[in-house]
Amino acid sequence: MGAGGGTSDVQWCFSQVKGAIDDDVAEADIISTVEFNHSGELLATGDKGGRVVIFQQEPESKNQPQCRGEYNVYSTFQSHEPEFDYLKSLEIEEKINKIRWLPQKNAAQFLLSTNDKTIKLWKISERDKRPEGYNLKEEDGRYRDLNTVTTLRVPVFRPMDLMVEASPRRVFANAHTYHVNSISVNSDCETYLSADDLRINLWNLEITDRSFNIVDIKPTNMEELTEVITAVEFHPNQCNTFVYSSSKGTIRLCDMRASALCDKHAKQFEEPEDPNNRSFFSEIISSISDVKFSHSGRYMMTRDYLSVKIWDLNMESRPVETYQVHEYLRSKLCSLYENDCIFDKFECCWNGNDSVVMTGSYNNFFRMFDRGYRQDVTLEASRENSKPRSVLKPRKVSTGGKRKKDEISVDSLDFNKKILHTAWHPLDNIIAVATTNNLYIFQEKLN
Amino acid sequence: MSGDNEETQTTENTPMDEKQVQDKVISPEKSEEAKLKARYPNLGNKPGGSDLLRKRLQKGQKYFDSGDYNMAKAKIKNKQLPTAAPEKTEITGDHIPTPQDLPQRKPSLVASKLAG
Repeated sequence: MGAGGGTSDVQWCFSQVKGAIDDDVAEADIISTVEFNHSGELLATGDKGGRVVIFQQEPESKNQPQCRGEYNVYSTFQSHEPEFDYLKSLEIEEKINKIRWLPQKNAAQFLLSTNDKTIKLWKISERDKRPEGYNLKEEDGRYRDLNTVTTLRVPVFRPMDLMVEASPRRVFANAHTYHVNSISVNSDCETYLSADDLRINLWNLEITDRSFNIVDIKPTNMEELTEVITAVEFHPNQCNTFVYSSSKGTIRLCDMRASALCDKHAKQFEEPEDPNNRSFFSEIISSISDVKFSHSGRYMMTRDYLSVKIWDLNMESRPVETYQVHEYLRSKLCSLYENDCIFDKFECCWNGNDSVVMTGSYNNFFRMFDRGYRQDVTLEASRENSKPRSVLKPRKVSTGGKRKKDEISVDSLDFNKKILHTAWHPLDNIIAVATTNNLYIFQEKLN
Repeated sequence: MSGDNEETQTTENTPMDEKQVQDKVISPEKSEEAKLKARYPNLGNKPGGSDLLRKRLQKGQKYFDSGDYNMAKAKIKNKQLPTAAPEKTEITGDHIPTPQDLPQRKPSLVASKLAG
């Protein structure tokens, strides 16, 4: 790796951090999803308390050409609330599992947010004018005494302070028996998928009282259950194609033109396993926690517990690239099973031109893999490196006996500091990295 | 995280070069598996099997019976009733829900600190 430590020539700088500084983290503040919109101007976060916060990028200022605009709060609202299903004795968390933006079609912005059971379509719109000079109402809304109305006037629109309003436009409920883990908007901008552990449903964005079940892997006898669905995603430009990943490490690609029910996959992607290497942990660590198509649509990336794999859609037999995220954890699996960390679901993301992929790890470390230059780097999201525009120093975990200066040993890693959610701006080198309750924004160093 | 020394998994009193051969033969995963089975001898052999998955599917399951609940609510002033155990794993039928056990509708919600 170069002296700068970045992949290829990119050096990453701290830009902003959002959230409370104190170590005592309220459960509601745990960030559960992060997503840029299609232009990158907006950045949405969801948390365990069911709240959504949207940040908007300030326009680049001529005074500071060396950095791109900062992200400031644009809108915040309560998306979901806790519920208790008395009939099934089920507590329904308000935690936002996923947010997905719709491509922008008019002045307003739309996003889908989901908890375990209900998906909602939110409209975020700006209001910067209001009508004034009504004939029958006072400015505060009270109705005027008609006897005092002696003239007629035309109300006019006058500017007002910008107000950003979020309103729920659709509520897609009661379609999932199990817990919704992902949603994906189709490139046709008319439909979207929602997946729970055993089923995938297809919705029309306009219709809330009906949805089509297109994948059902529930066995007739639940004793025979061997795998669950872990993620689903539509192809970025083929509106008939989607993939879903499983807890057994397989990815199935389905074509909706083939049949109404896509239980039979068109392709199945699975890396063959060496039976000699099989252990108690093999299946658990092969469970795919995230699947993402490249922007080009030619590749897809999967994240399992220890690695990131890139698949060519034309080759089902094995991935074309495999990157080890934290291989040193393989000799810690016993402890990680005992403290449940082995079940942590890490996400992954592509950069705008599909040349670099990123994913999180423990100790607030996150990793980037440059596919072209075959380089990787480990960086840390920490308040200690939070001087404005300070360059992030690469981090290293020492695995052998000798620990070099500035390296951290595996046993010193903080497994409570997990980076599960990261997002990359669709066009620029700006990344959003979520620690437990803070959101870090890093930008490429520009000169 | 356990501070276990890796060397305790291989056979004791092994000279350095033999140990290196041993480390190649026993994969780190398999030695971790041996450690786990030593701590939990009753662990089954199907870790990803239906037990684990069914536990995952049942997340959020609480016990609630409206009849018991209303009876408990009526009697609560007079009698001491069995209350919820501190752990979340309750066995259906062993526990009668009382008004204080039931998940409360959270009080008027505070804004996210990210927006602060």
